[in-house]
Amino acid sequence: MLDGLFIFFAALTLGAASLLVLSRNAVTSAMGMILALVGVAADFFLLDAYFLGVLQVLVYAGAVMVLFLFVIMLLTDTAESAEGYPWKSAALGLAVFFFLAAGAVWLFVWSGAVPSTAAGATPPELSVNPSEFVTAAKGFGRLLYTKYLLPLEIAGFLLLVALVGVVSLSKDPVDENA
Amino acid sequence: MENTTLAHHLLLAGLLFALGLTGVLVRRNLLVVYMCLELMLTAATLALVAFSRFNRTMDGAIFVFFIITVAAAEVAVGLALIVALYRRRGSVKSDELVTLRD
Repeated sequence: MLDGLFIFFAALTLGAASLLVLSRNAVTSAMGMILALVGVAADFFLLDAYFLGVLQVLVYAGAVMVLFLFVIMLLTDTAESAEGYPWKSAALGLAVFFFLAAGAVWLFVWSGAVPSTAAGATPPELSVNPSEFVTAAKGFGRLLYTKYLLPLEIAGFLLLVALVGVVSLSKDPVDENA
Repeated sequence: MENTTLAHHLLLAGLLFALGLTGVLVRRNLLVVYMCLELMLTAATLALVAFSRFNRTMDGAIFVFFIITVAAAEVAVGLALIVALYRRRGSVKSDELVTLRD
């Protein structure tokens, strides 16, 4: 018997992702995306990664999706119509989906390549060994400022680069020679 | 959590990735295509967290932390590019942006 919460949130995530793919209205797609991201965050919680679940809701479902909704409302012609739609590409997409889904089911369920061990005991909140899986946010800080200090600095610099890049992209173009 | 195995979470991640790739292939609105790309990235992070939890090591979770950081920056730049494209061409439909093909 599977965990009921996992089944519920997996179904929610997949249903919301289908809404994202299938809805003709971009705003509805964005709502489906938010729901799917919240479902993934719930799965993070079920995997005892509480800090990442909170980050997922704050950064992804919060900030990033608000950005998406702003842009959707800024651009006017976001609704798609069925007329002139290349149904060949839809058939191709459907074929790719069934191919990938069947491959995932075969690889993870039937092939036996993934060990079917249960998760075991709940991980500790903190442990002496810094690289052991812990649930407290402190476990992230300990590794980020020791083993992963250089990647952290690079990520911070990357955020600065993205900030400057977005500002320069959003400026009005000086020469309108298009 | 007691009864789910690694395979369950990986299956969920794989199906999410398949849905995202399908959206990228099927949709014509660049914004929705971009959202589907983000969905594929999220599916990958889900697999990383599952591996991290079941192997009882912190490295995968730290990796996901960096992925979320970089994805936030990447979304900002990508949306700025889409807005710039819209201001120049007046469209965000991938089947109307075919100047290089024609």
